[in-house]
Amino acid sequence: MTSGFFWLDTAIKVAVILGAMLTGALVVIFAELKIGAHMQNRPGPYYAGGRFGWAQPLADGAKFIQKEDLIPSAADSAVFKLAPYIVVAATIATFVVIPFGPDLVVRDLDLGVFYLLAISSLTTLGVLMAGWSSANKYSLMGGLRAAAQLIAYELPLVLAVVAVVVQAGTMSLNGIVAAQAEPIFTLGSTEVAVPFLLKGQILGFIIFTVAAVAELSRIPFDMPIAESELTMGYLTEYSGIRFTMFFLGEYLAMISLSAVAATLYLGGYWAPFIPGDALNFLGPGILLAKVAILVFIIIWIRWTWPRLREDQLQNLAWRWLIPLALLNIVLAGVFKVVF
Amino acid sequence: MTMDERLMHRSEVAVSVELQTPDMTLNIGPQHPSTHGVLRLVARVDGEKIQEVEPVIGYMHRGYEKLAEVRTYAQITALVNRIDWVAGFANEIAYIRAVETLVGIEPTERAQWIRLILSEMARISSHLVFMSSYPLELGATTPLFYALRERERVLDLLESVTGGRFHPNFNRVGGVKSAAGGGAETKKVSQDLPVGFFSQTRDAMVKVLAVCDQIDELVTGNELIKARTVDVGVIPADKAVSYGISGPNLRASGVAFDLRKHEAILPYDQVDFEIAVSEHGDCYDRYVVRLEEIRQSSRIILQAIDKIPSGPLQAKVPRILKVPRGQAYVRNENPKGEFGYYVISEGGRMPYRLKIRSTSFSNLSILPWLLKGALIPDLVAIMGSLDFVLGDVDR
Repeated sequence: MTSGFFWLDTAIKVAVILGAMLTGALVVIFAELKIGAHMQNRPGPYYAGGRFGWAQPLADGAKFIQKEDLIPSAADSAVFKLAPYIVVAATIATFVVIPFGPDLVVRDLDLGVFYLLAISSLTTLGVLMAGWSSANKYSLMGGLRAAAQLIAYELPLVLAVVAVVVQAGTMSLNGIVAAQAEPIFTLGSTEVAVPFLLKGQILGFIIFTVAAVAELSRIPFDMPIAESELTMGYLTEYSGIRFTMFFLGEYLAMISLSAVAATLYLGGYWAPFIPGDALNFLGPGILLAKVAILVFIIIWIRWTWPRLREDQLQNLAWRWLIPLALLNIVLAGVFKVVF
Repeated sequence: MTMDERLMHRSEVAVSVELQTPDMTLNIGPQHPSTHGVLRLVARVDGEKIQEVEPVIGYMHRGYEKLAEVRTYAQITALVNRIDWVAGFANEIAYIRAVETLVGIEPTERAQWIRLILSEMARISSHLVFMSSYPLELGATTPLFYALRERERVLDLLESVTGGRFHPNFNRVGGVKSAAGGGAETKKVSQDLPVGFFSQTRDAMVKVLAVCDQIDELVTGNELIKARTVDVGVIPADKAVSYGISGPNLRASGVAFDLRKHEAILPYDQVDFEIAVSEHGDCYDRYVVRLEEIRQSSRIILQAIDKIPSGPLQAKVPRILKVPRGQAYVRNENPKGEFGYYVISEGGRMPYRLKIRSTSFSNLSILPWLLKGALIPDLVAIMGSLDFVLGDVDR
């Protein structure tokens, strides 16, 4: 591989990922507007763009860009300006290791899972920076809540993933998908393979989903924003394009965490009865279908449930999720040894 | 001192030193999403824990008591239904009964029943606003749409009779205004209730009861709602009484006191209903009591539209109303609690003094006691559960 080809290759991959993920974020925003509206017995957007109001996210984006980019005079302006970009960059960086097909992956790291967990925690740094630098008490409390939340949910998240790593025997995400594609028994002439969700990881999947919703700061774990308590939490002082960045970051994170969950538990780009060589073409579609299901569940939760309290989240994490996740690791180990 | 002792001493010192952090003063409001208007709370917080909170009121003071002194008795009804705007109609009742007591005019029977029906509708509409805003404050956005959709039906009915959704200005001394709608031929009948009012009311009550069941499913049994509200903001019965709390907030603490039963100024003695009471006085109980009151109110309305007698809407009243010297205090069970007017007349067309005993003001007075030691998320849950309206606090 010549170095010229390497840079071209990287540039194309970055452009494709950026384009696809930003489009995906817009689609998810639109889905949230429309699904939420129908759950609440109202039509939702129907004007912008003609049919079904499909252009509403674009119109919102255009509106936000035109808004004044206010920076409070007491704010630490350098940190304040940087924070939204850290959130978005850290979220987009997770897509580096997510495989969309056997060869459709930006970089299949051997420590893919490790990289993923590390880089996705960086978003909290951005949130904390935003909360601290805004020079606003509500923002500060939102930022601190986010930091406390990080500690509470990151542990069960990591421990849930450890069980998957134990079962797959690898930390590469491609390897994890391959482990799920391995047939576990044959039925007549057909080889039957099932994703980890059905190979004893149901508990792990539930823990991962709960922790992921907490990482996303979405209802019922949206305490860092909690608009009825902290006005808008760490976002209070943000406006215009910087607010849009946070907003986009939330939906990007929804896609990325759903993609991770789909890869770890639902078989990623793999689906039964599809020949391996077709996966490079069908893989992205299969993965996106799985992501869509998970995103829908997250949206569904948001429009159904109220918000928990910060101490109740801590209770949930330390009393339930972490012990259950540890138990899950033991079970995965036993499963691995016995079968 | 030996080496060991010195080490021992130092380690003990290290243990006994705590990190001293000064408390932060957090200014909540007057512009804040969950202060129901322009309430300001100056809170001294340690982290998320509230050490002390001082409500600052008066941002919405409009001086209705003073304004009433330079208005005729008939004009004042237009003022008073702006006090608690969520249940505008109910505010007029106690006032107009106070004036009627002073003048010595008995309102006609049909007018009394219309007042009863409409003030129960005001109660339903007020409680449905609570059913929409309270889950919203806890983070659940969806019940809002279901509750407000049915409230709209009730408001439509109120509007069809009075001409106003929020500010009906419908009561007159000795009866009620000739109702807006009509479809019959003779002039007298055309000024009565609109055609089809009773059948539409029946339909609306079916819808209201249905939405109560829906809210039951969405909110009442929701584990997260319970986690946020059960044992939060507990008001014991004795505290509730000593702070002058009334209405659903008082009944949630286990005190079965309802002016509709104990001091009815409308024909509540002729309808069958129960006082909604709960025991613990926490936020959840205050919510449950209100939901039950919606059901009881629709029960009252359904009975009332069967029992309402025919007759004139208005008693004979002199053209220029002069109120003899005297004073009267009349109170009524408003949706939010006890609402009273103390009218002093020196004779003449205008009151000498009108003192308004507004519900939310008294209900709010417990906030500093109730919020001590609460967390900031609890502050929102507690304030929302007291269901006050700032127009009612500041008058």
